[in-house]
Amino acid sequence: MKKDTKLTFWTWVPDIQKEVDLFQAKYPAVKVEVVNVGQGGAHYQKLRAAIQAGKGAPDVVQMEFDKLPSFTLTDNLLDLSPYGIGDLKADYPAWVWDGVTPGGKGIYGVPQDTGPMGMLYREDLFTAAGIAIPKTWDDFAAAVSNYRGKNPSSMLVNWAPSSEANMLGLFWQAGGRPFSYDGTKNVKINLTGDAACKKVTAYWNDLFRSGNIGNEPDFADAWYQGLNNGKYAAWLTGAWGPVFLQGTAKSTAGKWRAAPLPQWDPSKPASGNYGGSTDAVLKSSENPIAAAMLARFVNTDDKAALTLANEQFLFPPSTKTLKNPAFADAAASFYGGQKVNKEFTDIASTVQEGFQFLPFNDYAASSYDKTMGKAIGDRGDLNAALSAWQDDLVQYAKGQGFTVAS
Amino acid sequence: MAAYALSMPFMVTFILMVAVPLGYAGYLSLFKKQLIGGISFVGMDNYARALTDPSFLSGVGRMALFLVIQVPVMLGLSLLFALILDSGMLRLQKFIRLGVFLPYAIPSVIATLMWGYLYGKDFGPFAQLAKSLGLPAPDFLAGGNVLFSIMNIVTWGFVGYNMIVMYAALRSIPAELYEAARVDGASEWRVAWSIKIPAIKGALLLTTIFSVIGSFQLFNEPNLLRVIAPAAIGQDYTPNMYAFQLSFVNQDANYAAAIAFLLGIVIMAVSYGVQLTANRREKAL
Repeated sequence: MKKDTKLTFWTWVPDIQKEVDLFQAKYPAVKVEVVNVGQGGAHYQKLRAAIQAGKGAPDVVQMEFDKLPSFTLTDNLLDLSPYGIGDLKADYPAWVWDGVTPGGKGIYGVPQDTGPMGMLYREDLFTAAGIAIPKTWDDFAAAVSNYRGKNPSSMLVNWAPSSEANMLGLFWQAGGRPFSYDGTKNVKINLTGDAACKKVTAYWNDLFRSGNIGNEPDFADAWYQGLNNGKYAAWLTGAWGPVFLQGTAKSTAGKWRAAPLPQWDPSKPASGNYGGSTDAVLKSSENPIAAAMLARFVNTDDKAALTLANEQFLFPPSTKTLKNPAFADAAASFYGGQKVNKEFTDIASTVQEGFQFLPFNDYAASSYDKTMGKAIGDRGDLNAALSAWQDDLVQYAKGQGFTVAS
Repeated sequence: MAAYALSMPFMVTFILMVAVPLGYAGYLSLFKKQLIGGISFVGMDNYARALTDPSFLSGVGRMALFLVIQVPVMLGLSLLFALILDSGMLRLQKFIRLGVFLPYAIPSVIATLMWGYLYGKDFGPFAQLAKSLGLPAPDFLAGGNVLFSIMNIVTWGFVGYNMIVMYAALRSIPAELYEAARVDGASEWRVAWSIKIPAIKGALLLTTIFSVIGSFQLFNEPNLLRVIAPAAIGQDYTPNMYAFQLSFVNQDANYAAAIAFLLGIVIMAVSYGVQLTANRREKAL
């Protein structure tokens, strides 16, 4: 770490330079170039192109949890175990550590942020419609129709057609474990045989068919407008949702609150995860030690982790940061003074372990759009769409040479 | 010798930018890559798969429908505007010419984003107008309507371009032809129909072929509108979108190369057909 080194870091986290500056202050010989090559899909396309071309690939790269297995499949990520990353294990809940150890062998990323799912709701609209916070999914369904009855031109909630990650979060909450991958060539795809996935699908099928919930694309102009002018009274989203809302629904400041998701079994509160990233090191990096140190530092150094949480509003996965009073006790005026961080920290502790993603998540998501997404958009048969999604994934996996079990 | 030297820059660029990538794509299309198992030679398998692939075939069919409706409408409008400009019956010629051409100067991405907003069911101006009149908001982005909405965007963008091409051809018609017609008492419409249009056959054929090629390659507009209308526009809405998805989402660049080549063959066949029909008409006259 004393040798002059140059590292390239591809990430789309806004203002990550703050954490990188802290790193460079500690290790002045290491020069880090931060590049934002795009958000989400565009980032991974460029990464794959660079890897395939054999040059232009970065040393450290932002890697979402659900994309990680697809990069370990093609053996592009460096196993960080020899670089002491293993000692971080104790600081993360099991379900987070699962995310960076696909197939159970080797550690392929340092967790950066997660998205345990909760419900953000408009307290003023709930009160005006006489609706209490739904504690169970049955309560929620009743609330949907009650709300619609009182407000014919708005809806309790919207659920987007392109929502694979969001839906998997709900499957996760219900105890569904439809996918697994052993790290070699065996993959399990079982959506239609998984009772929890079927239950969640049937539940949402009823909601869509009733016409009482929205089905428009999220993160689009019309949706932002809808959130701003009260078209939707709630949003089921990950722990990054609160800050996101602050940036996009400014005119509704002070009116939102956070609560846990409605539960299937109130005696065993559970949640799922929606989104979240790690920082990984590419195998092709010429400076693996420095790269591993960078990935580790920006996410686990006390000051860096707290900055990520409090200034860039990434929900921290590490227990140490979650317990830090500077994070936990922060009261948000956008949420009427509620300690939103603490709310989501409690939710995070109810996320169960064992959920895995397929090693071709890009395809799984686009296949979802084609099947489930289409049924959501058309308010068609979501149960049949689940079967169609299952069949399409199995066909793709077999075509790619996997051995598929159910 | 000088001829070879002068054409060298073009030949070098052509070989590097067109011939080599085409050759590489053709080479890729003969292989298959699996996530487990790697690369294997499969000959014409990818092409056979594409010819029975409902995504590819429906995309081509959709583009053919787009073609037979949008191209005549757009070229008809371009021709009309070009003739009107050429007749000299308008004041403010330069201003109108610029105005009709302006949409072409707007990048198609920006134009599509703008039209996406205009088409919006909740906040778009047409919807708001309809609501203020007590009518239901028109859903331009519904499954059955979205193709026509896209046709509208493309027509709006390209009428000006085609009009300029035709106008330039009209301006180069020798004036003596008109004098003879005027002496015989022909009206402006008669002059247009019997003299002007036949005289710019070349330009008409050019714009038709370009429009045919452009229609089959449609990508930008549906790809951008897909974000706000994902139920109506699938990832395989057009053959180019399908090839893009195959390459970058499915990691199946080999099959994408086969799709791209097949699309190229379809375009060549249709363009050739258009040219043949045009030439046969010419001979008949």
